[in-house]
Amino acid sequence: MKHVDEFRDGRLARVLADRIARAVEPGRHYRFMEFCGGHTHAISRYGVTDLLPASIETVHGPGCPVCVLPIGRIDNAIALARERGAILCTYADTMRVPAARGSSLAKAKAAGADVRMVYSAADALRVARENPAREVVFLAIGFETTTPPTAHAILEADRAGLANFSVFCNHVVTPAAIANILESPQVRGIGTVPLDGFVGPAHVSCVIGSQPYEFFAEEYAKPVVIAGFEPLDVMQAVLMLVEQVNDGRHEVENEFARAVTREGNAKAKALVAEVFELRRSFEWRGLGEVPYSALRIKARYERFDAEKRYDIVYRPVLDNKACECGAILRGAKRPKDCKAFGTVCTPENPLGSCMVSSEGACAAYYAYGRFRDREAA
Amino acid sequence: MSTVKRDYVRPLDFKAGCVDMSHGAGGRAMAQLIDELFLAAFDNDWLRQLNDQACFAVPTGRMVMATDSHVVSPLFFPGGDIGALSVHGTINDVAMSGARPLYLSATFILEEGFSLADLRRIVESMAAASRAARVPIVTGDTKVVEKGKGDGVFITTTGVGVVPEGVEVSGDRARPGDRVLVSGTLGDHGVAIMSFRESLGFETTIRSDTAALHGLVARMVEAAPGVRCLRDPTRGGLAATLNELARQSRVGFRIRERDVPVKAEVNAACELLGLDPLNVANEGKLVAICAPEDAARLLATMRAHPLGRDAAVIGEAIEDPHRFVQMETGFGGSRIVDWLSGEQLPRIC
Repeated sequence: MKHVDEFRDGRLARVLADRIARAVEPGRHYRFMEFCGGHTHAISRYGVTDLLPASIETVHGPGCPVCVLPIGRIDNAIALARERGAILCTYADTMRVPAARGSSLAKAKAAGADVRMVYSAADALRVARENPAREVVFLAIGFETTTPPTAHAILEADRAGLANFSVFCNHVVTPAAIANILESPQVRGIGTVPLDGFVGPAHVSCVIGSQPYEFFAEEYAKPVVIAGFEPLDVMQAVLMLVEQVNDGRHEVENEFARAVTREGNAKAKALVAEVFELRRSFEWRGLGEVPYSALRIKARYERFDAEKRYDIVYRPVLDNKACECGAILRGAKRPKDCKAFGTVCTPENPLGSCMVSSEGACAAYYAYGRFRDREAA
Repeated sequence: MSTVKRDYVRPLDFKAGCVDMSHGAGGRAMAQLIDELFLAAFDNDWLRQLNDQACFAVPTGRMVMATDSHVVSPLFFPGGDIGALSVHGTINDVAMSGARPLYLSATFILEEGFSLADLRRIVESMAAASRAARVPIVTGDTKVVEKGKGDGVFITTTGVGVVPEGVEVSGDRARPGDRVLVSGTLGDHGVAIMSFRESLGFETTIRSDTAALHGLVARMVEAAPGVRCLRDPTRGGLAATLNELARQSRVGFRIRERDVPVKAEVNAACELLGLDPLNVANEGKLVAICAPEDAARLLATMRAHPLGRDAAVIGEAIEDPHRFVQMETGFGGSRIVDWLSGEQLPRIC
């Protein structure tokens, strides 16, 4: 496959593996967090860690859109479909996120609620056009990658005067989450979660550009290397991070230069700015309340805001006590540190959200990497 | 000579007509549907007897029986339709025991309002598939359910066959060291179906690989009567099949990604949708496991058959108390090839 196979080339991988092995300083341990689930997935699916020296540890971050969606918001969505009779449209993985009392959108669907899987916000808009007599709500989730399409759908609905369409907005923003991880006591204070650098987001950065990371690199003295989602991208980024750490540098470098610029995508950013504004605070599963970390629909477009249209009241719900998703999303724990992992929490019956999406740290480890436990044992 | 004049019966309207409840009610309308559609299409000695069952001589040796229900959506897709699929699916299930399939039965559950034109297209496709495979449909049944209680048409087929002497194929016979072979490219059927589902709307030239594999199997068991396991990787794809065999045989498997044949277009479609070709369904491929000394002969036999042209040895069985299916990735690392969790759902970003 052109433009893909080149970035999965096993021969080049070995060349890079050699260079990384030569670059690491003896006796030094490197801990790099890949923020995005896309990187987590690539690392697991291609077995990237097999090609890295033992002194490099990859720590999975919170950049998995369904993983960070709090239970209460899923409960709100289920109520929209069950009690308000709306057609609820959402992205695939969201269907399986565990909600309160063992429920999920998939289970609500089985019980008769009209929940539909869509591939894009535009599909949800089409459902609204095709069902003029029904209320159609798009459960919008995701980072900056999925935000511009949602903005576009709202503007389209506005232009077309579509009265039966609204958006339940759960879009979150990346920089605030990275700051939160770096501000958390585990990272800053006692240093139990030392991180030496970040593999920065691929698709998110296509939209926002590399500029927003410059603040962290400077303020927290951590190198950031923006990388594509292919395995060679990850290897190259690791090499660049190792070199920065060795040199004592903490800069924003861009490995994904074939798609990411410093400024990002001006048109997409303008769309988002037209429709959305920052919320004062938003609850993330795992991170808790994070200030200015999510978007809401501006007053000008409030007739498309499901939260206003249906007076949605958010009630936080505590995670299951046995679930370590919170610590795992912050990089403080690994999937196998969780007692529930692979026992009561499996991809078939996820207890926590990290086990749902294939980008979630637990699901990726379960599906691709759990044979390593046995080798270690 | 009789002078009794036959009542005029208006023929079924295969252009604009629909299935209605009377077509399943046991009256004249049902008899007419059977006569004008099913008997006409499937025509053979057993059906012509108009009995509620088919009576046939039993060969000596071991017989096998398999059944399969088909509820595919869309009903017509690039490279096939539910009719051909329902014949191939059961023939393949019978053949995966090493058997020669002999007879099929077919049951239709029709939804009130289903177009007779589509039904005829499906039935004729089944008839063509059954004739090409030389496995007749010798008995059947039709039921009609009210509108809203079915999805157009559901077809269940059952098949019987006979296993040649000396052949003993079973999913629990894989041993560490055995070789794993596949008969061709993986994921074609699933991608063809998905490309046609309205919500996806992407265009591809991929066609379903739906095919009856008993001819290929006959060659294989002739060339290597000691072949241990045969299975067609349908739902859940190669990943599910290898995990099933691992569990049954109490072994693990180690396969090499670079040896697993996948068409570039299938890879590209899966890439776009966030799917893994190893989890995608096939309807005309098989997985074979054999002793290492049989592998070369079996591979050559498969490649000499039109349905095994792209056959490949992709790995081997290993000792593993965890029954993991591991894969050496093309990139140079290792990973598990796991069962599919829930439905195969696309990723978000």
